[in-house]
Amino acid sequence: MSTPTIDRLEGSRRTARTEASSRQISRAEGWRRRGPLLPALIFTIIVTQLPFLLTIWYSLHSRNLLRPESDLFVGFSNYLDIARDSTFRQTAWNSVVITLGCVLVAMVLGIVLALLLDRPFFGRSVARTMLITPFLVMPVATSVLWAVALLNPTYGLFNWTLGLFGLEAVDWTSTYPVVSILMALVWQWTPFMMLLVLAGLQAQPKDVLEAASVDGAGTWLTFRLITLPHLRRYIELGVLLGIIYVVNTFDQIYLMTAGGPGTASANLPFYIYQRAFLGFDVGQAAAMGVVVVIATIIVASAALRLIFRSFEVKE
Amino acid sequence: MSVATPVVTPRATNRRFSSGFLTTVTWLLAIGFFFPVAWMAMTAFKQENQAASDPPTWFFTPTLDQFRAVIEGGSMVYVGNSVIATGVSTVLVLLLGVPAAYALSIRPVKKVSDVLFFFISTKMLPVVAVIVPIYVVAGQLKVLDNIWTLVVLYTAMNLPIAVWMMRSFFIEVPGEVLEAASIDGAGLMRTMRSVLLPMVAPGIAATALICVIFAWNEFFFALNLTASQAATVPILIVSTMTSEGLFLARLCAAALLASLPVILAGWIAQKQLVRGLSMGAIK
Repeated sequence: MSTPTIDRLEGSRRTARTEASSRQISRAEGWRRRGPLLPALIFTIIVTQLPFLLTIWYSLHSRNLLRPESDLFVGFSNYLDIARDSTFRQTAWNSVVITLGCVLVAMVLGIVLALLLDRPFFGRSVARTMLITPFLVMPVATSVLWAVALLNPTYGLFNWTLGLFGLEAVDWTSTYPVVSILMALVWQWTPFMMLLVLAGLQAQPKDVLEAASVDGAGTWLTFRLITLPHLRRYIELGVLLGIIYVVNTFDQIYLMTAGGPGTASANLPFYIYQRAFLGFDVGQAAAMGVVVVIATIIVASAALRLIFRSFEVKE
Repeated sequence: MSVATPVVTPRATNRRFSSGFLTTVTWLLAIGFFFPVAWMAMTAFKQENQAASDPPTWFFTPTLDQFRAVIEGGSMVYVGNSVIATGVSTVLVLLLGVPAAYALSIRPVKKVSDVLFFFISTKMLPVVAVIVPIYVVAGQLKVLDNIWTLVVLYTAMNLPIAVWMMRSFFIEVPGEVLEAASIDGAGLMRTMRSVLLPMVAPGIAATALICVIFAWNEFFFALNLTASQAATVPILIVSTMTSEGLFLARLCAAALLASLPVILAGWIAQKQLVRGLSMGAIK
């Protein structure tokens, strides 16, 4: 715990050692080894994979949540409807904007904050504790806090601050819904990025930094040639995990804008939720779910290759 | 003699100045990021007319009225449900996840990376893609608005994180220790109980912390699968917001109380937090 490193070295050493022996594992030994794994594996398959198979089944049917008996096989017509649905395209685009916007801005801010925190100064641990707090507040609470206490057009703090500078009051969540959601998301996710980058900074080999300073490399040169390449793996990991978590954002959108005005700030999770639980259209919602999963698989297989390179998990 | 008087070069003064400047910037940013939370906490101690005032009220006599209203307003049912959903799912995650991580590290099965790949890929599956069948099946099994439905789903939600994280702790256990234990004649169970588990105990605690945070804060399943019987704390906040009109101070009191357990846990366990959030990749 004390020396933060990524476990690639020990990981590959351990797996290399076991690789040699694994060929001689007998059948009985194989099952003895599999034993501890199976409950978790079977549980995960049942709870996560079976519902997805059902999603595919529903996506080929026309079905209303309120009248489950009205089940009708319709082939691919739900998918054809999606292809014609401009709202689906818009919410898909919103998903991309919200996810990438949040992850990239949070990462830049996180790097800045991590660099600032990686210097000794008075009260450093207090400052760090304050900075990670936004990430710890319940997302439902942060949504309410932003929508009501900060961005409310009449008594929100943002407009009061603008008023101090003589600027017009803005109805944030209806005029700039996506920006409002991004502000709340970036605020919540910056500490996450900061923590990962800070861990990276503190894992820097000190002797290399000293050598650089002895060689007369300035702060900027050291940062660009030594720190940044070292941080790359941490930044990649942060962006990747950030995307996995942020793409599923629902709480902020549900509570801050309800996807509105219209569907201006709805992302795919919110739109599918609307179709299923407010429109009761199971077939459509399921078909959208399938499309989202296919898109996720395409993006994720690239992302997973990255994660596995980062962890260097080998057989 | 020249050594005795330290020479203050312009560069040194410059550095001291810039260091002070950076410290000031850091503190301003820290206060800026923390401010919304502080404002939420402040508002929770106000009367309603002070909470939604224009201009904002900065100085006031703090009151506990809002906390009293939240606690006496039947919030204990929600807290009880959240405690069950969070606590039981975390225990189940550990019971399933620790042995699985063991089977992926110390005495590994074949195809370790395929299994790890499978676990992490379930985290990438958007929840929204499976909510419809889960809702329909739960309805047919008559387990809608049932806290045990959430327990099962939260277990599945956190299990992949726990497997990855615990594996990263098992990998750190030196092989020599386990060899020594087996030479000393300790059987599998005994090695587990008296050698392995004590060594990864901090890892189990860190894993539990992450599972508690995610389960306690979960909103999407709770919103769609519960109504009055099994509603959890996030639902309480939303219902405070919508059903009773806008009571900002009471809303902030509820939000503060709801967030407090995780905030305190995160403050105490900052180091474990990084490792958990990176699923064990960063130590």
